[in-house]
Amino acid sequence: MSVDFAVDRQAWRHLADAQVNVELDTGDMILNLGPQHPATHGTLRLVVRLDGERVVSADPVIGYMHRGYEKLTEFRTYPQVTTLINRIDWLSSFANEVPFMHGAELLMGIEAPPRAQYIRTILTELSRIATFMLFLGEMGLQVGALTPPFYGFRDREHVLNLIEAATGGRFHPNFNRIGGLKDDLPWGWVNECRNTMKVVFDACNILEELVAENEIFGARTRSIGIIPPEVGTGYGVSGSNLRASGVDWDLRRDGKPYLVYPELDFKVWTHPDGDSYARYWVRLQETREAARMVVQMLDRIPTGPIMAKVPRIIKVPEGEVWVETENPLGQMAYYVISKGATGPFRVKIRSASFSNVSILPWLLRGVYVPDVITILGSLYFILGDIDR
Amino acid sequence: MADDLEREPAADAAQEDAVAEEVSVEQQLAETDEPAAAEQARADADEADAPPTEEQAAGESRPLDETEQELLARLERELGDGIVESADAFGMLVVRVKPDAWRRAAEVSKRELECDYLSFIAGIDWQPAPREGEEAGGDTSSPVQPTEMTFGVAGSVGRLQVFAHVESTKRRWGVTLKTDVDERDPRAESWVTTYPGADWHERECWEMFGVAFDGHPSLRHLYLPSEFEGHPLRKDYPLLARVVKPWPGLVDVEPMPGEEQPADAAASAEADKGDGADADKEESS
Amino acid sequence: MTELALDVGWGTILAIKTVVVLAIIPLGAIILGYTFLLKMMAHMQSRLGPMDPGGFHGWFQLFGDGIKFIQKEDVMPAKSDRRIFAIAPAVVVISTFLVFLVLPTGPDLVVSDLDVGVFYALAVSSLSVVGVLMAGWASANKFALLGALRAAAQLIAYELPLLLAVVGVVVMAGTMSLQGIVEQQQNGAIFGWDGIGNPFVFAQIIGFVLFLVAAQAELTQTPFDMPVAESELVAGYMVEYTGFRFLFFFIGEFGTAFAFAALAATLFLGGWAIPFVTDPGWSNVLGPIVLITKIMLVAFLMFWVRFTYPRLREDQLQAVAWKFLIPIGLANILITGALKVAF
Repeated sequence: MSVDFAVDRQAWRHLADAQVNVELDTGDMILNLGPQHPATHGTLRLVVRLDGERVVSADPVIGYMHRGYEKLTEFRTYPQVTTLINRIDWLSSFANEVPFMHGAELLMGIEAPPRAQYIRTILTELSRIATFMLFLGEMGLQVGALTPPFYGFRDREHVLNLIEAATGGRFHPNFNRIGGLKDDLPWGWVNECRNTMKVVFDACNILEELVAENEIFGARTRSIGIIPPEVGTGYGVSGSNLRASGVDWDLRRDGKPYLVYPELDFKVWTHPDGDSYARYWVRLQETREAARMVVQMLDRIPTGPIMAKVPRIIKVPEGEVWVETENPLGQMAYYVISKGATGPFRVKIRSASFSNVSILPWLLRGVYVPDVITILGSLYFILGDIDR
Repeated sequence: MADDLEREPAADAAQEDAVAEEVSVEQQLAETDEPAAAEQARADADEADAPPTEEQAAGESRPLDETEQELLARLERELGDGIVESADAFGMLVVRVKPDAWRRAAEVSKRELECDYLSFIAGIDWQPAPREGEEAGGDTSSPVQPTEMTFGVAGSVGRLQVFAHVESTKRRWGVTLKTDVDERDPRAESWVTTYPGADWHERECWEMFGVAFDGHPSLRHLYLPSEFEGHPLRKDYPLLARVVKPWPGLVDVEPMPGEEQPADAAASAEADKGDGADADKEESS
Repeated sequence: MTELALDVGWGTILAIKTVVVLAIIPLGAIILGYTFLLKMMAHMQSRLGPMDPGGFHGWFQLFGDGIKFIQKEDVMPAKSDRRIFAIAPAVVVISTFLVFLVLPTGPDLVVSDLDVGVFYALAVSSLSVVGVLMAGWASANKFALLGALRAAAQLIAYELPLLLAVVGVVVMAGTMSLQGIVEQQQNGAIFGWDGIGNPFVFAQIIGFVLFLVAAQAELTQTPFDMPVAESELVAGYMVEYTGFRFLFFFIGEFGTAFAFAALAATLFLGGWAIPFVTDPGWSNVLGPIVLITKIMLVAFLMFWVRFTYPRLREDQLQAVAWKFLIPIGLANILITGALKVAF
């Protein structure tokens, strides 16, 4: 239909600037998702330009949680930095400490004893299970199912109880020390952990039935937000997001050896599709895999000391080291530059969610508004990880 | 050692007694039952405290392993004299390239080195932070850094550098590339055309260090509000929280009751601020 | 009502009936809300729901919520269209009220037994679309507008399957009067056996399922709750409403759920009819209780689905309505008509 109306501004003024012209161009609407919004996990602001219900362009605005960690680390001693970096990815906080501790230990030439390495690995995998349990539940919430998040939280509690029993803290254990761990495991923890892993397997099965096998969930997530592998790597997307696009790359197996992963037998899960469903599926399988790894390790924990010989005042010799680990959210790495003082000179914190979110402007073009929410949920970022 | 001790749960009513009993039991064990172990631990701590030997001190000049040699060979083939220096840092190859070879280095990494994955791009400011001790009212809470400007692995021409790390998901290797940035006119070439993820990393680098990237579509603030002035991660930009108010932990310099007086002031400041870490080592010795 | 000892004029009777209906709407909303939204949802999510207010399993919770909402400040967005903003919730509640006027709870307990009862009920229930659009537009909020536009498209699309499901019942009953439909079910027979009458749910099982699905969409409940998608639009068209205006919407939502469940119970399950009780006096007393039981049964199904499934996207929703439900509805009518003529 190509009719040209002449607009009489005076007569149509009360219709609030409605312009009728040739192609019925309605004009784009700018919608601010956030910074306070239930769908964006935390204070992420997404400025989307909409044409009806389709996204024309999206621009994430971050920095609402920027705490200036890289500057702060220059004013802290090495043990104090642990308290800071715990809070980068606050859902799997133990896993954040591991690469930094490993880096400091490499610089000092210290190796943590085997028992400490095993316990560190177990706690890292428990953090992974805790994070993913939450994801499996709240991904259902993103697409509208009200019940799965409760199951996710309920079963995550079991893992958090374990972490609390061992370290004293559910969320920010601050348990790592340069050279080992603060304390040994309490009596009976190993058996409790085995029981909890059984609960984790059951919970994964329940959530798979409730969410992953639901037809409506499939209709909402399949073919939504497809990340081609070359685009993903170019943007620095890592972790389960990249593995869901078919890239077989897991730093526990393929990076420099750290903790006890070289001794473990585990499978790296990939999915060829690269859509939101694939990302959900990969994390589901990885949760089960993490539980299997924990059971493997529980059978093999060696006895021995949990702390290596470490000087009273920690002075890390001059040098640079780069340590990257497979955190639940993706590749987390620290580039630690030391000048021989008691604190680092410069720490570059490479956090996974920063790169995962940087792909949003590319990924969100042309999708519907509900799909924006689905994609945000499936990428699974934590604001502390983006903003540091 | 620790894993042989059985810890009994303390009932609420007699909790304080139980804790006191535990403490006294541990002290007894430390003093009487395992004097040899305590002695050994003290000896270990002394040994660890000893200054590093020649081998450890010369750790920086580690030779390159096979993967690193392969990577370096490919880079040299393509970049030629664009490479200024290269070294190894704990198994990772660090290569410093000339500023005008920065973009070419990215393209070479993506093509010849098959490094399809961009990890990060960031900056380093090698200038030592201005001394805060006595000038800032006696605030000794920050670790004391050396006052001379030294450069790290693969050296540097001046104060500012931009460095990046790329990896290959297929070949399972990676390389860190560094380039120098002129302090008077901080510019570097943008990697956006090769790695789209460089967009955000370069925005952050500009925001924090003031390094402009030629070829970047829109260098605007990423984390900080748009009216922000200054480049926070530069060493001459103070930590505003410490300028406004001295670090609150400074008050807490009294030792805990019952603790022996530490040997020197630095050790006491460290022990009081460390969250149990140093105190732990003191207990184990 | 002619056997009443009191000699009262029709005006008084009308007044009594109106007051009863006006009381039923919030009461029905509260009963449904408490049982299903607060308690059933809680138990499905392995938690308890309210336990303290009122002492016994928190039965007073919604009454307390009502009192709380009524005493809140009336806040309107500065740029909103004030009159329309104020009237919109009323439109939604009025449409619910109008549906209750034709629902029979006993042989004589009906406000107005219209001959075109079903037609009238469906017509007035679609007035709520206007109220939703008014609310979304007058809120001067982009999220509200998005929600309202989604709601308009959805509610209009799902009117058709609703209608088609009911047409099958009308064909079987031969009348559009709700009282007549109940009587047909009470006095009918399934293949000759008239023990429990002929509740149309057996013959019209497809129609029953169709009606429930369409009612779910009319109530904007998951899986059709795009207009109020909580994780995206945070209450959609209702987002700017607070205090007693929000209370109106809430009562409208659950009152309409009550009304649709009552319609489903009346059309398909036999309404107030009890299998072996034919005495009008007893039916007048037991009728409401039986109807309430059937309403709770239907509502249980609706809310069970609501708390289990994720929500469909707007275009998928429309596809389900136009490409799936409407053809099935048409086929159902064809088959019903053919069988009605044949038998």
